[in-house]
Amino acid sequence: MSDSAVEPEDVRHVASLARVDLDDEEVDRFVEQFADILDYFETLDEVPEVDSETDLANVMRADEVRDSLTQDEALRNAPDSEDGFFKGPKVS
Amino acid sequence: MAHNAYITDERIEGSDDGPLDGRTVAVKDNISTAGVRTTCGSDLLSDYVPPYDATVVDRLTAAGATISGKTNMDEFGMGTTTETSAFGPTENPAAPGHVPGGSSGGSAAAVAAGEADLALGTDTGGSVRCPAAFCGVVGIKPTYGLVSRYGLIAYANSLEQIGPIAPSVEEAAELLEVIAGPDDHDATTRDPAVEGADTDYAGAADGDVEGMEIGIPTELVDGADDEVVETFWDAIDELEAQGASYHEVDLPSVEHAVEAYYVIAMSEASSNLARFDGVRYGPEPEYEGNWNEEFAGVREEGFGEEVKRRILLGTYALSAGYHDKYYKKAQDARAWVKQDFDDALTEADVLASPTMPVPPMEMGESLDDPLTMYLADANTTPVNLANLPAISVPAGETDDGLPVGLQFVGPAFGEVDIIRAGSALA
Repeated sequence: MSDSAVEPEDVRHVASLARVDLDDEEVDRFVEQFADILDYFETLDEVPEVDSETDLANVMRADEVRDSLTQDEALRNAPDSEDGFFKGPKVS
Repeated sequence: MAHNAYITDERIEGSDDGPLDGRTVAVKDNISTAGVRTTCGSDLLSDYVPPYDATVVDRLTAAGATISGKTNMDEFGMGTTTETSAFGPTENPAAPGHVPGGSSGGSAAAVAAGEADLALGTDTGGSVRCPAAFCGVVGIKPTYGLVSRYGLIAYANSLEQIGPIAPSVEEAAELLEVIAGPDDHDATTRDPAVEGADTDYAGAADGDVEGMEIGIPTELVDGADDEVVETFWDAIDELEAQGASYHEVDLPSVEHAVEAYYVIAMSEASSNLARFDGVRYGPEPEYEGNWNEEFAGVREEGFGEEVKRRILLGTYALSAGYHDKYYKKAQDARAWVKQDFDDALTEADVLASPTMPVPPMEMGESLDDPLTMYLADANTTPVNLANLPAISVPAGETDDGLPVGLQFVGPAFGEVDIIRAGSALA
């Protein structure tokens, strides 16, 4: 996407990065809307650099074995499982 | 259930006694309830049944509350009207034909219609305060870290908090008292007592604003509709009559809060929602292909348009070459907003503005124009960027009888200040 215009290929490219299929109508609508929205986001250029000193603190807990979900509970919502494993599509 | 306030109306009984004994609480459907489906208003999670309870749900039932069901919401909390739910829109019981506000519209509608005594919503950029304002009830967005987010299905972690919705300030404060406090399961929670803060929230609802100093950010009043502004100033007059005084303050940073909010929220959403790949939960995939193709197919089918829009814009804002231009700038804006608010709150006990710059929209009116919708969040988003507490209380109505909300913002862990100010009005 360039500063001046958003092209359908740009929307398709980002959609593929985000792993979301889009139909052609959605691509057309997003081309138009993204141009407006990104133009608006450009006004962030007017924001000065700000020194922020955030107080950060580590939050640690003891590395101890605790109760957790059973394998059955963890798999309960999976559309497909086998022998106690999640079953997914092939990777390549 | 005429307003479509609930997605699931299964009850969860609480223990026999406690401060909320005998009261019903409606819970937004992005808060996990063990054994009761939790959909986030999405087709992708329409059959999801969490194996555990969110911390706030544990605290509600331990306090004796009965959960009356899971309420409708904009899909994954993304929306200002509760019209993007996969389960249909919710109607505003206080203004028929109008939206209840979003994204916790089901929770506010359930309270406004008397279908629950109290409710929980979540507020990422105003999603508790907006529907409270539109439905004529009270909503509190707590200081970031006051309420555990364990079991909340995440949208934008650095911004969101679970908050109470109730008919009165005192009841909202009672509910806050039950859910507030540190939690071993959420490392971002903090103990307000350690911060030196007063935690007698219900006790603060005494309506005593004698001597209170209110700062009014002109930027958050000027852009609002005439009738909203008129109602706002009438309420300020009433507070003055009760002994408070006010001065106007300048917060130049808030002009950039909406774009900073959306860049940050969409970026966090693009990351958080990557987990919805159709393997561990979600609809059974029917696609022939490799992991990426199947993943993309499930997400096309399962997510609604607003969710896809935000995932794509967030992915874009974080992508190589654009990170510095959008995301880093948004973080600068966030620091600036925080600094502005902190400065203004050294001279005032609370800051006041209209909660929403507009009265409730008509149903269907604003769905086609996302940018206009995003701009409606101008007054609420700065508070989330600054991690501060805020309350929305009813301030009156427009000539057409549409509710107008007034927002008080307080210092970090200053919940008692905003509760006291709000209780003078509702």
